Amino acid sequence: MPMSIIKNTAFYALVAVIVVCAVFPFYYAIITSFRTGSAIFTIEYWPTSFSVANYVNVIASGSFARNLLNSIIVSACVVTLSLLMAVTAAFALSRVRFRGRSLLLLTILSVSMFPQIAVLAGLFEVIRLLGLYNTLGGLVFSYMIFTLPFTVWVLTTFMRDLPVEIEEAAIVDGATPWVIITRVFLPLMWPALVTTGLLAFIAAWNEFLFALTFTSSTETRTVPVTIALFTGSSAHEVPWGIVMAASVIVTVPLVVLVLIFQRKIISGLTAGGVKG
Amino acid sequence: MTASPTVRSELLRQRSRSARLFLLPMILALAVVAGWPLLRTIYFSFTDASLTNIDAAKWVGFKNYLSWIQLKSGRTIYSGLLVDPAWWNAVWNTVRFSVISVALEAVFGMIIALVLNAEFKGRGIVRAAILIPWAIPTIVSARMWGWMMNDQFGILNDLFMRVGLIDHPIAWTASSDTAMIAVLIVDVWKTTPFMALLILAGLQMIPGDIYEAARIDGVHPVKQFFRITLPLVKPALMVAIIFRLLDAMRIFDLIYVLTPNSAQTKTMSVLARENLIDFDKFAYGSAQSTLLFLVIALMTMLAIWIGRVKLDGGER
Amino acid sequence: MEAGRNQIAVIRWILTDIGYSNLTAGLAFVTFYPKRFGLVFYVNASKCLRRSFHKLEQRTTSTRCSVVDLREEIMRAKSILAGLLATTLICSGAFAADLSIVSGDTGNGREFLRKQLDRFEKETGNKVKIVAMPANSSDQFGQYRLWLAAGNTDIDVYRTDVIWAPQLADQFLDLTEAMKDVVDQHFPSMIQSQTVDGKLVAMPMYTDAPAFYYRKDLLEKYKKPVPKTWDEMAATAKEIQEGERGAGNKAMYGFVFQGNAYEGLTCNALEWIKSSGGGQIIEPDGTISINNPEAVAAVDRAKGWIDTITPKGVLAYTEEESRGVWQTGNAVFMRNWPYAYALGNGPDSAIKGKFDVTTLPSSKEGQSSAATLGGWNLAISKYTKSPEEAIKLVKFLAAPEQQKERAIEIANLPTLKALYDDKDIAAAQPVITNWKPVFETAVPRPSAPTKVKYNEVSSMFWSAIHDTLSGNGTAADNLELLEAKLTELQGGSW
Repeated sequence: MPMSIIKNTAFYALVAVIVVCAVFPFYYAIITSFRTGSAIFTIEYWPTSFSVANYVNVIASGSFARNLLNSIIVSACVVTLSLLMAVTAAFALSRVRFRGRSLLLLTILSVSMFPQIAVLAGLFEVIRLLGLYNTLGGLVFSYMIFTLPFTVWVLTTFMRDLPVEIEEAAIVDGATPWVIITRVFLPLMWPALVTTGLLAFIAAWNEFLFALTFTSSTETRTVPVTIALFTGSSAHEVPWGIVMAASVIVTVPLVVLVLIFQRKIISGLTAGGVKG
Repeated sequence: MTASPTVRSELLRQRSRSARLFLLPMILALAVVAGWPLLRTIYFSFTDASLTNIDAAKWVGFKNYLSWIQLKSGRTIYSGLLVDPAWWNAVWNTVRFSVISVALEAVFGMIIALVLNAEFKGRGIVRAAILIPWAIPTIVSARMWGWMMNDQFGILNDLFMRVGLIDHPIAWTASSDTAMIAVLIVDVWKTTPFMALLILAGLQMIPGDIYEAARIDGVHPVKQFFRITLPLVKPALMVAIIFRLLDAMRIFDLIYVLTPNSAQTKTMSVLARENLIDFDKFAYGSAQSTLLFLVIALMTMLAIWIGRVKLDGGER
Repeated sequence: MEAGRNQIAVIRWILTDIGYSNLTAGLAFVTFYPKRFGLVFYVNASKCLRRSFHKLEQRTTSTRCSVVDLREEIMRAKSILAGLLATTLICSGAFAADLSIVSGDTGNGREFLRKQLDRFEKETGNKVKIVAMPANSSDQFGQYRLWLAAGNTDIDVYRTDVIWAPQLADQFLDLTEAMKDVVDQHFPSMIQSQTVDGKLVAMPMYTDAPAFYYRKDLLEKYKKPVPKTWDEMAATAKEIQEGERGAGNKAMYGFVFQGNAYEGLTCNALEWIKSSGGGQIIEPDGTISINNPEAVAAVDRAKGWIDTITPKGVLAYTEEESRGVWQTGNAVFMRNWPYAYALGNGPDSAIKGKFDVTTLPSSKEGQSSAATLGGWNLAISKYTKSPEEAIKLVKFLAAPEQQKERAIEIANLPTLKALYDDKDIAAAQPVITNWKPVFETAVPRPSAPTKVKYNEVSSMFWSAIHDTLSGNGTAADNLELLEAKLTELQGGSW
């Protein structure tokens, strides 16, 4: 059927355009990461040299592995904690009627309305007061300010749309709210959970300003700060090759993460076979 | 329901009890992490605080926002944030930037989400590839784009010239006509994946049998999109739009790296940072942050109202 | 470490015998965290031993063990314990100070600093930790300001930009007394730039000043002298640019500088104005002098370069973009800092050996040229817990031996006059001697008279210049407006 061939070609062309637009700058970064010295001032579309010197440099910088680990720990803790708090809060906000519910939702949202730079000084004081300065705990704590409102809102929205019937059935069976959340809702919410978790993970992973302000030693710093600390051999010089190599290295774990959680993103109601 | 009234009210009580318990950790966490810093900033906006000696801050009322002096001639001279042209320029820049970027991201995000929602070979790889722009730290991607947009050795100019879109290299970030476009390109590139992924999650939660029914009824795909997909995915779409709007209104690091001092792209956050940190005007910067908060609140309300976002949940 | 472990074994044996084996865990802890837990542990351990001694005394009758023996045993244990504690404390230098120095230097600079700090540690017994910061000086300034405002006690010594001292003066210690015997060795202008209201806020560590880079080979090819005035520079640049473009290099430009709206443009424009006899924006006594015919002429002249001898994109250039154009061989002249010298002579540079540096041009013969003073200094936080040790550290790093080593190994320009005639430096880094004349014309940015308002002054200034260069109003109008704005900002006094 020629019609379907045209349709298919058009579809794959669209996919190709999307992928090229998304990946081209990253591809360019990879090419750049294989080049050194004055070569970065020239334009190349294809990899012309394969010098791994920049990668060696990144890894040999000593603390990079440690900082990568810090980033993983911090982001994982942030995601776990905020999902945990958000799932329970979302249940209350979406499925239990109480007065001031809309107001509470808006208040939670309003936390995200302040510019980060304006809360920096105050947050710094709180963190020092709690004795969390220069610890990974301090970073996990401060990242809640932007992951928590987001996760609460998204999960509330998704939970609100789950059919009433399944919950009623569970209530009739005598299930407590906790059981309803963990046994009934969570399995249905995988796409939303994984997606919000992933987005929150990346947000924490990329955070720079807090990470720079609330840490003061190489052992507690995270990857974005480390990348900003790579310098050329002299002031003003930007070590493009090394920065790109480091960026490629830090992007890989995220891509792997997405590939791992693939299936969870596409499961959910469709795959769960629950009738709405 | 068949349960008797007493059992029902007992159930409801139990539910609201656990609801309170469920909400507590989240509210506590937010209060500790955000409460003090927010209140502090708002407080300082009513003082004459300076970072060099923050403890000596004195209460000055609304002076940072608006104050006036009457001259002997009877003329009144106003000063303060509300009559500061630089501030209103920043507000306009921010609103313009937010509306355009979020609109573009919503459209592109929807297209990408629909593509990813279809079954095709290599979907997993494509999905991972889509996420790459969002995954690269902003400070890196902003500098990377800055380099790509350079007029002499930027690949973007070279590419556009080869394709024939432009006939001479453009200094994207330098020229006042293109600075905003440059920022928009990078922001749309970077954050469309966020939108796409959230919409995709919304699409995934739509029960498949609805489409099946539509197909059996012979509903045209375009009509199907506007009649079925869009209404069902709207809650997810609106949350994505609201959070993108909040982020876009506060945009800081991208502009700070790409076009730090261009009046065409200076947004409220960039201006606030300048006053809070670089200049010795901590109180004025706090006032800007507070006003930024109000502007965002207004925009969010508008978005909630236009999008008819449900805040109160269902019947339970 | 081995000896330490044996001592732990001995004590453990004694302690298990009297039922305090859990203390060994604490002891191991002490060896890892000597400073924090050392003293606490020592006090507790002594108490425990005394208590156990009493217990044992009561038990001795049944075990038929002599009290004296036990007392001796425990005394020995106690002395071992004390000795162990003392050694761990001394090894970790807990009796000396733990200092932190924050520096946004480059990777090389940090490594080099580490080397000098190791020597300092050996000489004084202090420990010094480097807190690294991104190279972007605006980021550093923001962080330092926040840290200082919050009274951060974790950082003792700050590496500060030459323009920061007056803005952060309130939060740094006065070094006048401590440094009075060494200040005379430094260039007076550099000490002056770090002195606010008679208070020496920071000690110069190394300095920086831009120079005029020119292509020897091209000047020779077109038989042109090294330009002495800006107009001469523009004419030569134009001629060579056209000539080279005609010869096939379409990407050739005459001149590149830093034209983005940022602190770098303030430096560039200050040089144009000062070298035209137009003053230095705000004079040392606080007078606003920017609105004068010479300054207007200087800015108008620069406006004429845009898109004729410079790329249009120069309005977005910082140091690296100009170096990029220059180092790929596409510019005849460049204004830049010393760092471009070594890189331009690097093995992969297109212009290796083809260029040289001199002082920047001026408006006319006889008018002296100008170079904006840069450089880095060391200041001590007033919240430091060990001011004496911090002063020692600053004195050490600013001393002639360290500055000389710094000049030889990483080509940082010394702030000590004598070092510019030093034979070893001249032999290792001949470029440093090239910079001597540059310093004679060095001009400070008006950070000292404008104090905490400097950043705002600079921002207004670079905006006015950037507007003019991008064709947004004439130089005369923009500078007049700038004068009015600066007067308003000044208020009663700076």
